[in-house]
Amino acid sequence: MSATTAEDVIAGIEEKYRTCLDTGLKVYEKAETLIKINAVTAVVFLAVGGFFGVLVALTRWPAVHLLPAELFYLVLTAHGAAVLLFWIIFFEIAVLYFASAIILNCRLAAPKVAWLGYVLMLVGSLLATVAVLQGESSVMFTSYVPMQAAPNFYLGLILFAVGALLGCFVFFGTLVIAKEEGTYEGSIPLVTFGALTAAIIAIFTIASGAIILVPTWLWSLGLISEIDSVTYKLVWWGMGHSSQQVNVSAQVSIWYVIAALVLGAKPLSEKVSRTAFLLYILFLQLACAHHMLAEPGISSEWKVFNTSYAFYLAVLGSMIHGMSVPGAVEAAQRRRGFDKGIFGWLRHAPWSNPAFSGMALSVVLFGFLGGISGVVLGTEQINLLMHNTLYVPGHFHATVVLGTTLAFMAITYLVVPLIFRRELIWPRMAQWQPYVFAIGVAGTSLFMMGAGTLGVSRRHWDITFSEAALSFDYPGMAFLMMGLNGIFGVIAGIGGLMFVLVVVGSLLFGKPRGAAEVKANPVVAGGEAASTYGSEGTLKLPGTITLVSIFFLAFVLYYFINWKFLSEVWPLS
Amino acid sequence: MHWPEIIWISIAFVWGLVMFLAMIYWHIEGEQNLSNEAYRITPDAFAEKTEAMAEAYTVREEGETGIPVVHPPPGSEVYMLARLWEWCPILELEKGQSYRLHLSSMDWQHGFSLQPTNINLQVHPNYEMVLTITPTETGVFGVVCNEFCGIGHHDMVGRIYVVE
Repeated sequence: MSATTAEDVIAGIEEKYRTCLDTGLKVYEKAETLIKINAVTAVVFLAVGGFFGVLVALTRWPAVHLLPAELFYLVLTAHGAAVLLFWIIFFEIAVLYFASAIILNCRLAAPKVAWLGYVLMLVGSLLATVAVLQGESSVMFTSYVPMQAAPNFYLGLILFAVGALLGCFVFFGTLVIAKEEGTYEGSIPLVTFGALTAAIIAIFTIASGAIILVPTWLWSLGLISEIDSVTYKLVWWGMGHSSQQVNVSAQVSIWYVIAALVLGAKPLSEKVSRTAFLLYILFLQLACAHHMLAEPGISSEWKVFNTSYAFYLAVLGSMIHGMSVPGAVEAAQRRRGFDKGIFGWLRHAPWSNPAFSGMALSVVLFGFLGGISGVVLGTEQINLLMHNTLYVPGHFHATVVLGTTLAFMAITYLVVPLIFRRELIWPRMAQWQPYVFAIGVAGTSLFMMGAGTLGVSRRHWDITFSEAALSFDYPGMAFLMMGLNGIFGVIAGIGGLMFVLVVVGSLLFGKPRGAAEVKANPVVAGGEAASTYGSEGTLKLPGTITLVSIFFLAFVLYYFINWKFLSEVWPLS
Repeated sequence: MHWPEIIWISIAFVWGLVMFLAMIYWHIEGEQNLSNEAYRITPDAFAEKTEAMAEAYTVREEGETGIPVVHPPPGSEVYMLARLWEWCPILELEKGQSYRLHLSSMDWQHGFSLQPTNINLQVHPNYEMVLTITPTETGVFGVVCNEFCGIGHHDMVGRIYVVE
């Protein structure tokens, strides 16, 4: 062992920690503070970005048509950046620190670097947000060239990405320290493995971002004369879509950790779940092709191979998790004695625990709405029915909001008592929150997909074309869908507000969680299952088998219905 | 590994192959495929070609808008250009006939969204996309821009007529 490492070890021993009353794990102060600050910043961006989202939904509700055009496009840009980037990535950094330092019983590597990363992310996110709010950067989240934003918009995103990169390095460093200091036994637990997947994909993502955003920034400063628009899209989506795969990895890890903490559930087979995560690393990056299917100058061979992640191998990964997570829950429930019939385990699941219900809704809605629509949308030829229509945001609200955001909300209900050591205020509101939010977002996803199927454009202020020289009438059904989308957008907004109220209220006014509270209100049934390696033993899973069969049937039917839709379109070649 | 997992993974893997092969099958048997044909072109050169077509085949002007309505011969090369914030010209095509449609942008990216048929393509500056289309129904079709292109984006609507 070199001198530096020894010093590090000594510093580690001296670092302050407490022993968690709920789980018995060592929690180091510096790691805990960094988790808190990243999570709180994330929630602030969720509140702001969510509010913008409601404004967008209200403007696209034809009867309300809230904002004027210029403000609508500004708010839509701000909505995308605040929630898709800032909320999610700040929270993911907190997840990375949690999955390494807390789960592995270890101190955090280089807390100062972690703080530097945080500051860079904060400065970057504020810089980009201010640039958007000043009105010179209403270029949408995707900022397709040659449309140009203010230089600070790009610079902000670059700083943010560099900060996130530092966060990933701290995570890797912590894994190394944990191994050297032997803070865990055997292999790293599944949750940490999933977070590792997320961090590895994040490196690829951030590299793509740097490759495209740095020249674009220089171009906005006038130092580079031209950026090719097709190349921009290809590389930008190397960041834009891969970052969604970071989200999927993080959210799936959270599904497993919630099942483990709340029910003591173990994955059906560790190795299978790990392999599924590995498939994400190997194939998900190909997904930038999803955004290139309607572009000129790209060969069909390239499109077919990449859009399908080779042979849908990343989809295979998600389908494996889609069985493994409910299967783990079913097995754990049956072990706990809820063994009656096919669905007795499900009926007796802790539906009033928002961590559990949020996770369960996230699994089901991500799969049924987000997963299936994503595969259909990403089919080379079918894409031309939906490219740039509202079907696209319909799909990704089902993945990113119902999948990722809902999973992050669910784990927050465990993070507040375990890390912030506060009791939830208004537990009743917390209990209802995942349902209200899920119903709202599921509604907006479905109605956007419906409107998109009818051809309604995304990112569009006026689908009546009232001031256009030539006009076109979308079918009446499309307007009905947009109205319903508005209504459900408001419901989603209420669900989001409930979350922010409960979380912020609990942090400010919640009762500190001491030994008495831990005893009276246990939140963790199986801390062991989260922080160790191991699979379920023998099991029977009739419920899970029924659920995945229903899923598969829905998938196949919907997939072929869309080929039927395609066959009715004008022949193209 | 447990048997339900083994079965599920096998089914999911085979389904992935089916979906992969479906795209290839559609290239062989399906009628709706995007061509891979595209060229680099300057906005000026594309505008020139569009104007040449319009000059040769304009049949009337669209109401008070003054936008030319062009009726090119079946089987010919037809052009539609996108710019802030209009599609030009208006095309009049014949049902059941095939045309080689060329699309390009004069400035930013635009989205060619043909409604209610629902064909959606991305239009880039400096790239000329060429594809063969065959209208199968008569009527008035809107060309909605569905790629955000600034403050006039929602007013950017073009038109294609399909006649007998």
